[in-house]
Amino acid sequence: MAPLLDVDSLAVTLPGPRGPLPILHDVSLSVDEGELVGIAGESGCGKSLTAQTLLGLLPAGATVTGTARFAGTDLLGLDNRGWQRIRGAGIAMVFQDPSAALHPMLTVGRQLTEHMRVHLRMDRRSATRRAVELLDQVRIPDPERALRAYPHQFSGGMRQRAAIAIALAARPRLLIADEPTTALDVTVQAGILALLDRLRAETGLAVAFITHDLGVLSALTTRGYVFYAGRVVETGPTGALLTAPTHPYTAALLGARPHGTQAVGTLRPIPGAPPAPGEAPPGCPFQPRCRHAEPTCGTAPPPLAPVAADRSVACVVRPHLEVTVR
Amino acid sequence: MTTVHDGEPGAVTTTAPRPRRAHPLLVFLAKRLAITAGLLLGVTVVTFGLVNVVPGDPVTANLSDQALNDPATVAAFREKWGLDQPLWQQYLHYLGNLVRGDLGISQQTGRAVLDDLVRYVPATMELAIPTMVLALLIGTGIGMLAAVRNGRLTDQFVRVGALLGLSTPPFWLSLVVLYVFFYQLGLAPSGGRLSTGFSPPPTVTGMYTVDAALAGQWDVAWDAAQHLTLPVLVLTSLTVALLVRFVRSAMLEVLQQDYIRAAYAKGLPARVVLRRHLLRAGLVPVVTVSGLAFASLLSGTVLVESIFGWPGVGQYAYRSATALDLPAILGVSLFVALVYTLVNLTVDLLYGLIDPRIRLS
Repeated sequence: MAPLLDVDSLAVTLPGPRGPLPILHDVSLSVDEGELVGIAGESGCGKSLTAQTLLGLLPAGATVTGTARFAGTDLLGLDNRGWQRIRGAGIAMVFQDPSAALHPMLTVGRQLTEHMRVHLRMDRRSATRRAVELLDQVRIPDPERALRAYPHQFSGGMRQRAAIAIALAARPRLLIADEPTTALDVTVQAGILALLDRLRAETGLAVAFITHDLGVLSALTTRGYVFYAGRVVETGPTGALLTAPTHPYTAALLGARPHGTQAVGTLRPIPGAPPAPGEAPPGCPFQPRCRHAEPTCGTAPPPLAPVAADRSVACVVRPHLEVTVR
Repeated sequence: MTTVHDGEPGAVTTTAPRPRRAHPLLVFLAKRLAITAGLLLGVTVVTFGLVNVVPGDPVTANLSDQALNDPATVAAFREKWGLDQPLWQQYLHYLGNLVRGDLGISQQTGRAVLDDLVRYVPATMELAIPTMVLALLIGTGIGMLAAVRNGRLTDQFVRVGALLGLSTPPFWLSLVVLYVFFYQLGLAPSGGRLSTGFSPPPTVTGMYTVDAALAGQWDVAWDAAQHLTLPVLVLTSLTVALLVRFVRSAMLEVLQQDYIRAAYAKGLPARVVLRRHLLRAGLVPVVTVSGLAFASLLSGTVLVESIFGWPGVGQYAYRSATALDLPAILGVSLFVALVYTLVNLTVDLLYGLIDPRIRLS
């Protein structure tokens, strides 16, 4: 069975002040129906831009090559009307900061029903009925009242629940969640994660979960993609990625995570910073920061090559990586 | 609401006695009213002081040379207008009359200042209201268009146009418009409020177009409307030039917001995103500038009114000032202060209507 979303060799270039800036290089990924897939990496590695590409929300002047197929539709060949049909009803998105992504001057009910009425051709009454169900589904108390409320009257966690309800309103098949818990308290995070997993299990919704927190991946997703400087550097089942990483960057990310009570003693920051777009070295983008780099790393970016069933890594050295299993 | 408890015959408890609180909107309005009263008092003090500090004498400004040579006439003039009394007495006298709604008599026109205002203000309103409505519609539309097409040709065109409009002197534009539409094309009258041969309609609002329509005098209404076109055209283009820049930058800022991207990500058509999501959010700063623009229009536009022979507040203020006509100057100052406070109050109330976050709690 073909995956619900199939992205192959996607490359995106944005216009910059001094000429075009390549942001994404050769990104391939897939999401199956009802699957929760993780996309991890540092800020600025191209995770969010991938999401924007899949919704046709790139800024003017961006050039995209490669293919992206969603449920049989070639996304990159869509015109405005085609995108309007896909957005919301095929692929929906939850943004990082619910306070910024909800319109402050429109009621939650309005924001929840307006696209339902466009996509599902519902009248006001049935849209309102569905809105109440959705708010109930994301566990917002007193849904009828919440419909008439404005976002600022909600707490942060409630806002994100409302944003998820809005994203689900037009019955999308894929939800792209772009760091949906980063702006929230830890205790609230767990609730949102559980909610996403429950929705996946109940409705068969596929979720692409973008995060910079590898810990979130392990709790939630079956497969993961690790991004670095606009490339996929490693992919595989989440469990294997986290316990036996094969790319030095994945291992370094895991080492940089605080854990347990000895966080201060065991934290290993990654020296240096990711290259800015357009300033990547000619070879492996991680080479300048890599402890295992060899002279061959500097010649060309390593391709993503399979190392085992379901696992690929973009590293020519493939050092033996010590990871303390936690 | 009262409830009777079982087992306690006669024991009636009322719901917790709430302190009687006025509606927050009423409290807000009362505060603003008090501030306005204080402000108007301040305006009288400052205007009174300024007029008396200015080098110049109402006597020399109003009397002819011959009359000035006659000490008896000068003394009579001073006595008639109370100018022989010390300044503080003149001021208290004025305040006392003001409280009774008497703004004094204009030395220039010989009429009560209040009657003068009632005569001139509607003329200015007749220009200001259509100007503001048109400028808001056109300015918002063009400003939004420029913001959406940020950096492209349309945007460049709008920005240059707005800059040109802002740097055009109103009197020059008035003369050009007169030359083209009156002299060359003969499409519009040259000035005044009505053509000769028409008499003003019975006064209701003082605005000829409205009053004539109310009286069913459609030929008068049409003639008055024709007289409105050129000054309104000039004032509208100047106001649009002012508004466009604000609308554009306000809308540009909103366009960067996540909630606009989120609206597109929901699959809403662009026109819905622009009309419902963008317009609403960009309106708050636009309302502020529009309020100021409207207040300034209502306070009269001296140059445009002069060129089109429009008997409005601007002309009245100008003539009173040159004649050092203190009661009239004070009357106009009070009117302008009142206009600004009322417009600001309206703007504040509109904020609450547009943005629920600034609604009175």
